[in-house]
Amino acid sequence: MGAYLTISRLTKVYPTPEGPAVIVRDFDLEVNKGEFVCLIGHSGCGKTTVLSMLAGLNEVTSGVMVLAGKEIKGPGPDRGMVFQSPCLLPWLTAFENVMLGVDQVYYTASRQERHDLAEYYLSLVGLADAMHKRPAELSQGMRQRVGIARAFALSPKMLLLDEPFGTLDSLTRFELQKVLLDLWGRDQKTAFMVTHDVDEAIYLADRVVMMTNGPDAEVGDILDVHFPRPRERKAIMEHPDYYRLREYLIIFLEERAEKKRGIAPDTPPHVDERIVDLGPTRYKGRNSSKPIGASLHGDPKRAGSNR
Amino acid sequence: MSKNRVNIDWLVLPMLGALGVIGIWTLWSSMPGTNLPSPLKTWEVSKLYVVEPFEKRGELDQGILRFTWYSLVLVAKGYALAILIGTPLGFLLGLSKMFAKSFDPIIQVLRPVSPLAWLPLGLVLFERSEPAALFTIAVCAMWPTVLNTAVGVRSVPQDYINVARVLKLSRVKTLFKVLIPATMPYMFTGFRLSLGIAWLVIVAAEMLTGVPGVGGFLWQEYNSLIYEHIILCILTIGLVGFVLDRLMSLVEARFKSI
Repeated sequence: MGAYLTISRLTKVYPTPEGPAVIVRDFDLEVNKGEFVCLIGHSGCGKTTVLSMLAGLNEVTSGVMVLAGKEIKGPGPDRGMVFQSPCLLPWLTAFENVMLGVDQVYYTASRQERHDLAEYYLSLVGLADAMHKRPAELSQGMRQRVGIARAFALSPKMLLLDEPFGTLDSLTRFELQKVLLDLWGRDQKTAFMVTHDVDEAIYLADRVVMMTNGPDAEVGDILDVHFPRPRERKAIMEHPDYYRLREYLIIFLEERAEKKRGIAPDTPPHVDERIVDLGPTRYKGRNSSKPIGASLHGDPKRAGSNR
Repeated sequence: MSKNRVNIDWLVLPMLGALGVIGIWTLWSSMPGTNLPSPLKTWEVSKLYVVEPFEKRGELDQGILRFTWYSLVLVAKGYALAILIGTPLGFLLGLSKMFAKSFDPIIQVLRPVSPLAWLPLGLVLFERSEPAALFTIAVCAMWPTVLNTAVGVRSVPQDYINVARVLKLSRVKTLFKVLIPATMPYMFTGFRLSLGIAWLVIVAAEMLTGVPGVGGFLWQEYNSLIYEHIILCILTIGLVGFVLDRLMSLVEARFKSI
């Protein structure tokens, strides 16, 4: 069975006065139908660039992305996008913001059906009582709920999430992660989410894709997270493997993101294979002998989870 | 702030300022050899026009608000024209770099031209005074609308445009659902400034064309040597302009609060 989303040799080059800057080079990834994949990496490593290329908002320099057998060309409502800032139109109510997308996708449905659909998803994210408020009257977390409802209401082939909870306080973030997981489980969507929060990635994802630091960023390693679903945050955090997974990700971000790609860690962490499948199982290391440039952004020693 | 303080700021101080100006005016008018009528004489001569503001005693002898009404109607027409031309022009300038590069220089050259210079051209073009006046109002008043709309369109946040792109809204839908609402606050700032200019231009246009209105009345009374009425007209023009600006500010604030 082929993958639902195939990204192959995705590359992004920006021309600069000092010559072309390669932000992402040969990014390869396969995502299965219904899978939740988190992309993690240091800020500025190019993970948002990958996502916006998937969304069609950013031109692809070279490489191919195929979603459900169709090549991705440009933006479209078949990919439900949840932006970092919720990107709601401030002159429309929460309901109208969702309707903007629903009207676009379900233009053949009756007015009543479209209304019901928008109301249904707004209720699912917990905004049944606030759906006729403008974004200015909503809290940051409620706005992002609208953003999630808008993405799901399009009934997209997959969800693209660009650090959707990055600006929220941790309690609100926990709530929204749960809302997102509930909807994702209900609709069986394929999801691809960019984050820099290690705990968020472990809680949400089936697989965590670690990205090396830019320039020339690519897939550095992939971690499988085999916690059973539906997931309870408390149960996961009490699971003995939780800290091994967490440590594995942090070690990658702190030490290996900067190292040569395609090399497995010297000492793979010991994990009970029955529950958790760790390590670069799906990732085939390439024999890359390219020298790796210094990080453009920030101190590579800084753990990604601290932000 | 105490209630007293509010009263002083909003009532007592403005009254003191007005009294000061009236005092200087009285002094000036009492100087020998001046034609400036005193405040009291101005009131006596103008009283009829103010007390019966809508009276029509003859073509050239009407209540001050009746004249003001004529002017307002003319301004409304010219202003509507300015907005109807200015807003789409602003959108084109904001949306198309090529259009902006082509027409920005000529706009910058035409913008500072005085209404007194446009009016004769309007008379040449339309050969009648009212269309010439409308032309002058429109061509002078539209620039703030044009420029503010263009700035507004250029500063629509990329986030909003991304939403439109991700949802694949058509060009028309993007314009009406995203670009126009996002530009509204800028547009209304332009509309307010344009209205101020339109009201400035009307007086000049009426003076030169003889169209009945508060400006036409002013010029006619100057020619009839009734200087008191000049002051009456100036005060009326100022008050009406002030009220118009306040009204537009209210509308503008409504759109900015979103």
